Amino acid sequence: MKIVVCIKQVPDTKGGVKFNPDGTLDRGAMLTIMNPDDKAGLEAALRIKDEYGAEVTVLTMGLPKAEDVLREAMAMGADNGILVTDRVLGGADTWATSTTIAGALRNIDYDLIITGRQAIDGDTAQVGPQISEHLGIPVISYAQDIKIEGDSVIVNRQFEDRHHVLKAKMPCLVTALSELNVPRYMTPGGIFDAFDKDITVWGRKDLKDVDDSDLGLAGSPTKIAKASDKVRKGAGEKVTLDADEAVSYIMDKLVEKHVI
Amino acid sequence: MTEMNLEEYKGVFVFAQQVDNEISSIAFELLGKATELAGKLNEKVTAVLIGSDVKGLCDQLAEYGADRVIVVDDPELKEYRTEPYAHALSSVINEYKPEIMLVGATAIGRDLGPRVSARVKTGLTADCTVLEIGDFPINAIPGKEQKHNQLLMTRPAFGGNTIATIACPDNRPQMATVRAGVMQKIEPKKGAKAEVVEYNPGFTPDNKYVEILDIVKEVTDVVDIMDAKILVSGGRGVGSAENFKLLEDLADALGGTVSCSRAVVDNGWKPKELQVGQTGKTVRPNVYFAIGISGAIQHTAGMEESDIIIAINKDETAPIFDVADYGIVGDLNKIVPKLTEQIKAQTKAK
Repeated sequence: MKIVVCIKQVPDTKGGVKFNPDGTLDRGAMLTIMNPDDKAGLEAALRIKDEYGAEVTVLTMGLPKAEDVLREAMAMGADNGILVTDRVLGGADTWATSTTIAGALRNIDYDLIITGRQAIDGDTAQVGPQISEHLGIPVISYAQDIKIEGDSVIVNRQFEDRHHVLKAKMPCLVTALSELNVPRYMTPGGIFDAFDKDITVWGRKDLKDVDDSDLGLAGSPTKIAKASDKVRKGAGEKVTLDADEAVSYIMDKLVEKHVI
Repeated sequence: MTEMNLEEYKGVFVFAQQVDNEISSIAFELLGKATELAGKLNEKVTAVLIGSDVKGLCDQLAEYGADRVIVVDDPELKEYRTEPYAHALSSVINEYKPEIMLVGATAIGRDLGPRVSARVKTGLTADCTVLEIGDFPINAIPGKEQKHNQLLMTRPAFGGNTIATIACPDNRPQMATVRAGVMQKIEPKKGAKAEVVEYNPGFTPDNKYVEILDIVKEVTDVVDIMDAKILVSGGRGVGSAENFKLLEDLADALGGTVSCSRAVVDNGWKPKELQVGQTGKTVRPNVYFAIGISGAIQHTAGMEESDIIIAINKDETAPIFDVADYGIVGDLNKIVPKLTEQIKAQTKAK
């Protein structure tokens, strides 16, 4: 069985966000990590490998330094790494990104593709379902649990007020939630092995059945009109009061605003 | 991208999500926004209703602002599944050519939206919180065409640290998923009727159809915090699950509902359904009490649109005070019980 896990290197927004003096995001000063939902997807693939035997390939699209995230995945136990990188792919929105990744995936055999539900930098949750559409295979998003049964996957799919137990014939694509599992650590042996292995690097010419006009910034239907720091509502009053004073202060406000 | 004839695309369409043949609140919110956008464009609002045996829901959509309802009714559409729903919605888009297509950013919409956008070859902006009609580029650039009457879609990114406004100038429809609880419904127009159009593109199961083996509904008696007018929200500073009693009493006295921050869910003090913030729910009640909540950006992203924010925190440097209308530096354990008593006394006196 062949599994491809699509992963993304993202800035770690959790560890504190750094800004440049002009208020833009200082990406250089922020640590990068493997996107959490993708890491859960990788862990799910590695568990399938442990249980049923599988060849696990990790694929990422990004700058050359995104190789780091492939090495990390291989140190955790992935067998192969593919880096899709090319100047002409830069500035892609989700549509152009999914078109690119689908073009790369057409070169390889797969039974199951796993992506994270969403990346913490964009939070769109679009690339996984869009890849499946470009490849003409079924998608099950928001997976809480993934099992293999013969030529099918059985997935617990989360909704707001319920979950569905779904069965899809492979090949198919599943998007994973970070709640799916607790990813394993890299092993020392794995780290050595990972740095000995070759990483396949693909550029524009390696993408199959893709038009130039559908790639990169120019091939992206969505365009950024404006990006800015979040404009926050200004602070109101702040008072330091003992309990009785505080209560009458709040009561006054509630009455003034017709809440009570 | 290949050129589309943009002039053919007209009208503001809304995916009218229904679950168990009950229209989801998000559909009414989208109709409210669509009514406003259509007014500015001088166009009509169309709801796209997809399901099995759902025709009876059309009048409700009319009351909330739909001029027309396109119904795709087929037994294959009884439960939500990606493929038949994506086929239904993309067929409607290809047949009726909307200028704008709005979908709720729900667990259904965030699955359906990307699949459909890839199929009809248009852009999709996720989790929008503001939708406006305007120019793209926003400021004219010499030598570059400025397009008017574009949908400008604003959304948070980087965990709520930045906001971006996105346009989709060369493809149609301009497509967005919209966060629940952000757009306002209109006052329902009783007895309103919409033009109802039935459309069925035909459904032939293929490899992309998944099989539903089981449906497990999570029964919960918890009130939806997104519907609450008054929220009494607690954070790590409340100290324990037991101490939330103070907040529950206050909420009872005010006729409000208790909600919480992520730390409270992580500590197992309250269930995830009550969590406000980036990874929880977006709320905009009339009054939001932030009690013992420090106010990390991930939290404030989900509540700062509340009409009145009252914060109680013993740490005067807590960032919650930057968004609070009324901030009290003090001990919640002393203030909250007394406040509850006062409110009870006041309401009894009335």
